[in-house]
Amino acid sequence: MSAATTTPSGTTGPTTWERLRGWSPPSQYLPVIATAVVFVSLFGAGGVRYEGFATPEVALNLLVDNAFLIVLAVGMTFVILTGGIDLSVGSVVALSTMIAARTLEAGWAPGLAVAAVLLTGTVLGLLMGLVIHYFDIQPFIATLAGMFLARGLCYLIGVESIPIRDETFFSVAAASVPLPGGYSTTPTALVALGTVVVAAWVLHRTRFGRTVYAIGGSQSSALLMGLRVASTKVGVYAISGFCASLAGLLFSLYMLSGYSLHAVGMELDAIAAVVIGGTLLTGGRGLVVGSLLGVLVLGTIQTFISFDGTLSSWWTKITIGVLLLLFVVVQRLITRRQP
Amino acid sequence: MSQTQTPAAVGSGTPAPAREVAPVAGRPAAAPVVEMQGISIAFGGVPALDDVALRLYPGEVHALMGENGAGKSTLIKALTGVYAVDAGTIVVDGREESFTSPAASQAAGISTVYQEVNLCTNLTVAENMLLGREPRRFGGIHTRAMNRRARATLDRLGLDIDPASVLGRHPIAVQQLVAIARAVDVEARVLILDEPTSSLDADEVARLFTVMRTLRDQGTAIVFVSHFLDQVFEISDRLTVLRNGRLVGERMVAETSQLELVKLMLGRELATLEELDREVAETDLVDRTATPVLQVLGLGRKGSLQATDLSVYEGEVVGVAGLLGSGRTELARLLFGADTADTGEIEVHGTSRRFRSPRHAIDRRLAFSSENRRAEGVIEDLSVADNMLLAMQASRGWLRPIPAAQRQALVSKYVEALDIRPANPDATMRNLSGGNQQKVLLARWLLTEPELLVLDEPTRGIDVGAKAQIQQLVADLARRGMAVVFISAELEEVLRLSDRLVVMRERRKIDERLNDDVSVSDVLELIAGQERPTDQERPTPQEAPRG
Ligand SMILES: Nc1ncnc2c1ncn2[C@@H]1O[C@H](COP(=O)(O)OP(=O)(O)OP(=O)(O)O)[C@@H](O)[C@H]1O
Ligand SMILES: [Mg+2]
Repeated sequence: MSAATTTPSGTTGPTTWERLRGWSPPSQYLPVIATAVVFVSLFGAGGVRYEGFATPEVALNLLVDNAFLIVLAVGMTFVILTGGIDLSVGSVVALSTMIAARTLEAGWAPGLAVAAVLLTGTVLGLLMGLVIHYFDIQPFIATLAGMFLARGLCYLIGVESIPIRDETFFSVAAASVPLPGGYSTTPTALVALGTVVVAAWVLHRTRFGRTVYAIGGSQSSALLMGLRVASTKVGVYAISGFCASLAGLLFSLYMLSGYSLHAVGMELDAIAAVVIGGTLLTGGRGLVVGSLLGVLVLGTIQTFISFDGTLSSWWTKITIGVLLLLFVVVQRLITRRQP
Repeated sequence: MSQTQTPAAVGSGTPAPAREVAPVAGRPAAAPVVEMQGISIAFGGVPALDDVALRLYPGEVHALMGENGAGKSTLIKALTGVYAVDAGTIVVDGREESFTSPAASQAAGISTVYQEVNLCTNLTVAENMLLGREPRRFGGIHTRAMNRRARATLDRLGLDIDPASVLGRHPIAVQQLVAIARAVDVEARVLILDEPTSSLDADEVARLFTVMRTLRDQGTAIVFVSHFLDQVFEISDRLTVLRNGRLVGERMVAETSQLELVKLMLGRELATLEELDREVAETDLVDRTATPVLQVLGLGRKGSLQATDLSVYEGEVVGVAGLLGSGRTELARLLFGADTADTGEIEVHGTSRRFRSPRHAIDRRLAFSSENRRAEGVIEDLSVADNMLLAMQASRGWLRPIPAAQRQALVSKYVEALDIRPANPDATMRNLSGGNQQKVLLARWLLTEPELLVLDEPTRGIDVGAKAQIQQLVADLARRGMAVVFISAELEEVLRLSDRLVVMRERRKIDERLNDDVSVSDVLELIAGQERPTDQERPTPQEAPRG
C-alpha cells in the first residue's frame, strides 16, 4: 500500500548518461541562467560588431564603471526578496557623497568620514524598516518618504557641488590592483565583488538569509514557524541602507565630488538590475548573482552605445525598457508552469 | 492538585462534566504541563472563546473536539501566542506564561502544526522542516547535515521524498506531512496537531499514530484535533469538548461512546447519516443508455495520469477511490482543464470539446472544487458573500452584475443550507474557521448550478454534523439531475454517496463498477491487492505526484 503514497526513489539507478541527458537545471535557477545567456550573447554580439569590444579590458571596465550600482543592487535584492521595495537608495547615494565631501572639506580624517557615511545610511535604512514593520506601512510609501528626506538633507548640507580633494580618497580613486595576465582593476570593483560574495553567503548560509526567503514566500507562515520575522524585516532595510551608503562612497570615489543632484533615479536602475537578474518582485525567489548579472547587462548595453557612436544614448533607456518587460514576462511564464 | 475546578458546564441539558479525571488511566498522576483557565477571547466584540479551560498532562494524547467554529483553533492559538487572551491564565510547567509570539511558545517547548499548512512553498522540504534551527558549520548553515537530518525524520513518518526538493512541487497532503515532520523533529514537551490528518490516507495516518504513540510514551503531551471520530477514539486518552466557544466538558475516552461524544459536540443527536445510506442504496435510477454528460477517452498527461476513459451520466454520482498519488486529483484537474491534457478527447453531451483552461470548462457548465483550498480557492480578504458569488459572476461575465436582491437571496440560501457560521455574509473570509471556509467554497460551485460537479475532498476539515448535511445536499442535487464526480480520501464517504465507483492506482484507472454492496474492504483490496508494479510503470522521481 505504501508504494502509491510516496515517490519511489533509489530504485535501480539510471546510468550517468541517462542522468545527464535528463538533467535540467532546478527551476529556481532558470531566470538567472537566462540572464547569464542574455549577458553572454550581448557581449558576443558586441564582439562581432565592433573591434575591441569582447576583450578582458572592456569586461573589467564594466565592473569598474558599475561598482556602485552592483553594491546598490545587492542591497535592493535583500529587500525585494522579502517582497518589499526600497526607493530611497538613490537619494541615500547622493546624501553619502555630500556627507563624505563636506566632512572631508571640514578636515575630518578619511576613516571618520567613511564611518559617518556608513552610519547615516544604515540608520536611515533601519528607521524605514522600523516604520514599515511596526506601523505596517507599505514599503513603497515609507521608502518614498525616505527618498524625499534624504534628498532634502542633501540640500541642507549644500546646494552646490563640493569637490573632494582629500589625498587618501584621491589615491584610492587612482589606485589600480594588478591582476594576473597584465590586467588590472580598481579597489572599488573588488569592493563590489566582495559585497556580492558576502551577500550570497549571508543569504544562503545563515538563518537570517533563509528567513529573508521565508518571509518572501509567506510572511504569515514564517511568523507561525516561529522565525524572527520582525528583526529580519527591519534588518533588510538596514542592509539596503548600508549598501546604499557604501555605494555612495564608491560613487564619490568615481566622481570625486559630492552633489545633491547625484544619482537621481539610480534606485530605478537598481530595481531594473534586480528584476533583470531574475528576482521576483513578489519576493521569495532570486539570487544575488542574478543582480550582479543584471547590472552587467545594463552596463553592456551602455558600452554598446558608446562603442557605436552613432546611436543616441536614449537607446540605453529603450533597450532597458524592452529587456525589463521581456524578463518580467518570461518570469511570469516560468512561475506559472510551476504548481 | 488544587486547581482542578473547571468552569461550569454550559449549554442546556448537558450533564455536568466529569470533574475528577485521573490524568491518564494506568499512569501515575503527574502535574499538568499546560493548564489553561478561564480563557476568553473576542474578535471585534464577538466572543470566540468564553471561559474555556484545558489541561494537558505529560504522556497523554488529548483530543480537542467540537464543531466547525467551536473555537478549537482559537484555543490553540491562544496557547501558542498567536492571539492574546482577553482574560484567563496559562500555566506551563508551573509557571504562568503569556506568550507574545509563536517563537516564544516554541522556545518554551510547545511545537505546533496549525490547521492550514503554514510553510513556505518557495523553500526546500528540508528547509521548511528545520528553518530556525538548521545545523551549522563554520558559522554557516550546513546544508548536507540539514538534508540528512530531514531525511531521518521523514523516514520516521514513512515519507520517501527528496529533502532538497522544493516544497511547492508536492501535493497538499505531502506538505501536511512535512509540517508534521517539522513539529516532531524537535524534542517538544507539548505537541499540538490541529487537524493533521485532514488530507491523509489511512496509511499515512497509521504511521503518524505510531510516531505519536512513541512520543507520548516518552512523556510528550499531545493535542490532537480531528473530525474523524474513529481516529480520535483510536489514538486519544482524554478529550475536551467545546461548543460555540464554551467548554462542554472533559472526559476519559475509554469511558465515552461515539454517540455520547457527538451529542456533546452538537448538543443534539445525529440521525441523517443512516437515512442517507438507505436512500442511496435503494435508488439507482441512472439511465446509462443516454448520452453521458461528460465522456473522456484516453485522457492523460505525462507524469500525472495514464490514458483514462470515464463517462458520467445525468443524475449520477461517480466516486473516485484511490490513495494519495494514485492520480485521483490529477484526473479531476484534467477533467476541468485546470491542467491541460496531452492526450485524449473530452465530449460534453456528445460534442467534442477542448478545455485549455478552467474558463472553457465553466462555459460548458462544469464546476470543480479543488482540494487545495488555501492556494486555489479561498480569497481571504473578500467577504463570505463575494467568495461565494465569484464563480457565478465569472460565468455571467463581469459586465453583468448580479442584482443585489438576487445576490442576497442566493447567499443566504446557501449560508443556511450549509450552516455556515457565523451566518453573516459580510464576514471576512480570513476570520472564518477552517471548516466554514470549506463550506463557502462548496457553495461557490453549487451556486453556478453546474451540469457536472467535480468535488475533490469537499468535506476536508468539516465536522460530523456538517458532513452529513453536505453529503445529503450532494445526493439531493444528483437526484435532481446533476452529474457528480466525488473524490475523497475517506472511503466510507465515497461508498455512501456514489452510484458507480472508479478505483485509481499508480496513476491509472484499475477498476470501475456499480456500487451495489461494495464494502470498504473490497475497495481496499482493489487498491492494494495486486502485485507491486514494475519500475516502468512507476512515476519517475522528478515527477512528484499530486494527491
Ligand atoms: N481572526 C479572527 N477574527 C474574527 N473571528 C475569528 C478569528 N479567528 C476565528 N474567529 C471566529 O472564532 C470562531 C472559532 O473559530 P476556530 O477557528 O477556533 O474554530 P474551529 O473550532 O477550529 O473550527 P474548525 O473545525 O472549522 O477548524 C469562529 O466563529 C470564527 O469565525
Ligand atoms: Mg480549526
